[in-house]
Amino acid sequence: MIQLQEVSKIYQMGNDKVYALDHASMEIRQGEFVSIVGPSGSGKSTMMNIIGCLDTADEGDYILDGISIENYSERELAKIRNQKIGFIFQNFNLLPRLTAEENVELPLIYQRLSTQERKRRVREALEQVELSKRMGHRPAELSGGQQQRVAIARALVTKPSLFLADEPTGNLDTKTGREIMELFHALHEAGNTIVLITHDNQIAEEAQRRIFILDGQVREAAEGEHKVGPKPKKGGTGW
Amino acid sequence: MVIQTGRMAWNAVCANKMRTFLTMLGIIIGVAALIILVSIADGAGNSVSNQISQIGSNYLSARITDNKENPLKLAEFTELFAQDEFAEAAPMGRTSVTGKTGYTSSSLNIYGTSGGYFSIMGMELHAGRLLKKTDLENHSHVIVLSYDTAVEFFGRADAVGESLSLDGKAFQVAGVLSEDSASPSSAMMVKSSDESSETVVLEGYIPYSALSRMADNALEITQFYVSCADEEAMELSEAKLEEILLARFGNDADAFSIQNQSDVLEAMQEVGNTMSIMLGGIAAISLLVGGIGIMNIMLVSVTERTKEIGIRKAIGAGKGSIMLQFLMEAVIVSLSGCMAGIISSWIALQVIGAAAGTALQVSMNGKVALLSVVFSGVIGIIFGLYPARKAAKKKPIDALRYSG
Repeated sequence: MIQLQEVSKIYQMGNDKVYALDHASMEIRQGEFVSIVGPSGSGKSTMMNIIGCLDTADEGDYILDGISIENYSERELAKIRNQKIGFIFQNFNLLPRLTAEENVELPLIYQRLSTQERKRRVREALEQVELSKRMGHRPAELSGGQQQRVAIARALVTKPSLFLADEPTGNLDTKTGREIMELFHALHEAGNTIVLITHDNQIAEEAQRRIFILDGQVREAAEGEHKVGPKPKKGGTGW
Repeated sequence: MVIQTGRMAWNAVCANKMRTFLTMLGIIIGVAALIILVSIADGAGNSVSNQISQIGSNYLSARITDNKENPLKLAEFTELFAQDEFAEAAPMGRTSVTGKTGYTSSSLNIYGTSGGYFSIMGMELHAGRLLKKTDLENHSHVIVLSYDTAVEFFGRADAVGESLSLDGKAFQVAGVLSEDSASPSSAMMVKSSDESSETVVLEGYIPYSALSRMADNALEITQFYVSCADEEAMELSEAKLEEILLARFGNDADAFSIQNQSDVLEAMQEVGNTMSIMLGGIAAISLLVGGIGIMNIMLVSVTERTKEIGIRKAIGAGKGSIMLQFLMEAVIVSLSGCMAGIISSWIALQVIGAAAGTALQVSMNGKVALLSVVFSGVIGIIFGLYPARKAAKKKPIDALRYSG
C-alpha cells in the first residue's frame, strides 16, 4: 500500500548537502500496524512528512495506493491528504477557536459534503472515540487525552486509507497515553492501516512491526535490535 | 463550501473584536466622509438650483449696451415682440425713490415694467390687480407693491386703493403681490443668509411709461425679459430674439447680450458636480488608506495564524480554500465598515440637516452610498488579495512547525 523506493530528501547547508533521508526504502501493507522508530534527528519526521504528502521527495519514488506521488500538484496533494490520510499529531493541532464538533467537521467541509452528511459522520466519529458528550467544547476546555481523541475523530471521520500518528502519546501521561494506544489498537482491529512515528520503544513495540531509522537510513528491525532498541515482539522483518 | 468558509471567516473576524473595529474605523471614516461631503455638496447645489428655478427658467433676459444712436422706445418694443415665439415681453427699468404715506416714509426700489413681467417671473397677486396695457398707454400713476412693502407702508397687506407718494408724485396702489412672490433680486438676498431675511426689501412695480417720466435712465429700454411660448424650445426662441435684435441694431452682435436662465442653471449644476467629484475624490483617498489598514492587519493575522493555516492544509484544505477564507475576512471587514459608515453618515446628515434648517437641505445621496458599497468591496478584495495569497502559499510543513 505504501512503498518508498530509494527516497532521499536533501537539505542544502552552506556548501554541504545533508541527507535527511538517504535512499530510504520500505513497504507498508494494507491493514498493517507499523511503527517507525528513531532518535530525534534521525529523519523520521521527514519520513512522516513524505508519507503524509506534506512534503515531496527530492529523489526516489513514493507510491501510495499504487499511485506515484511524484508528479502531483499542490492541489492534488491537498486532496490526497484530505481523503487518504488521517493525521494525529503530538500536540493535537486542533483549531482553538472551534468546538470539538467543528474541528472534526473541518476535513469534511473541504470534501464539500452536504451539511446532513457531515453532521452524521461527525457524530459517528465522536461516538467512536467516546466524546459525544463533549461535542460543543473548545479544545481549551478539554483534557489532553480528550483533545487527542478529538484529533483521532478528526482523522477517522474521512475514513482514510492510512492513519499517520506522530508521537501521539508524547504530550500525555502514561494512563491517558495507554487509552489512546487502545484506540489505535481498536482502529487496527477494524482493519485500518496505521503508521506510528515515535522515539519511544515501549510504544513502538505495540505495533506489529517496527522500522528503525538512523541518520536518514532505514535499518531493518533485525539490524536495529542491536543498535537502537529491544527486539520487536512480532513481525519484525517484514520484507 | 462558500457558506462554510464565510462562517469561518466571520468567526475569525469576530474573534478579535477590538482589532477588527480599529481596522474598520479607516473604512468607516472614509465611507462616512465620502457620503457626507458629496451629500452636502449636492444639497448646496440643489439649494442654489432651486432658487434659480424658482425665479423661473423659461425666460430670456436681454441687455442693450449700444443703442446705435437709435434708442429702443416702449412703443417699438411692444411691436417688436408681438410674436408667436414669445409668450410675454416686459421692459425693465429700475430706480430708487422715497415713498411716503401718512403713516411712514422710506426709500424703496421701483421697477418700471409691463403686466407681462409678473407672468414671466411667476408672481402672483394677493389682492387688487396687476399692471394693464392701458396703464402703460396712459402713463398711469398706479403701483403694484410687494407684500412686505404694503405691510411696511400701510401696516396691512390689503392696501389696494390707498395712495402712496413717490418722490412727491401720488400713486394709487393697484395691487399687492402674494407673500412668496419676491423679485429675482430680493429672492437671492433673502435666501442667501438668515440675517438679511430680517431686513425687508421694499419694492413696487409701476408702468414703464410712468417710470420714464420719473427717471432719466429709463427713457429708453436697455433691459428687458421675454418668456418663451414653449419651454421646450428655449433655443429656438433665443435664436429668434437674437435675429430680431441683430436686425434692429445693424447686425452688431456686441450691441446687446442675451442670457438664458437655463444656461445659468446648467453652469451652476456643473459647478456643483465638480465640487461633488472633487470632495468625493478626497474622501475616496481616505477610503484607500482604510484599505491599506485592512491589508496591514490581514498580513499580521496571516502570520499569527500560520499554525492554523498549517493544520488546515494538513487535513486537506487546498490553496483555494485558504485564499477564499482570508479574502472573505478582508471583504467582511471592509463591507461591515462600509455599512457602519453609511449608518453614521446618515446620522450625521440628519444632524447637519437639523442644524442648517431650511437654508440647506441635505439628504443622503443614494448613488454615492451604493458606490461606496461597491468601492469598499473592491478595496476589500484588492487589499485582501495579497495577504490571502501569502496565506495560501505557505507550505504545510513549515506552517505546522511554526510556533507562535
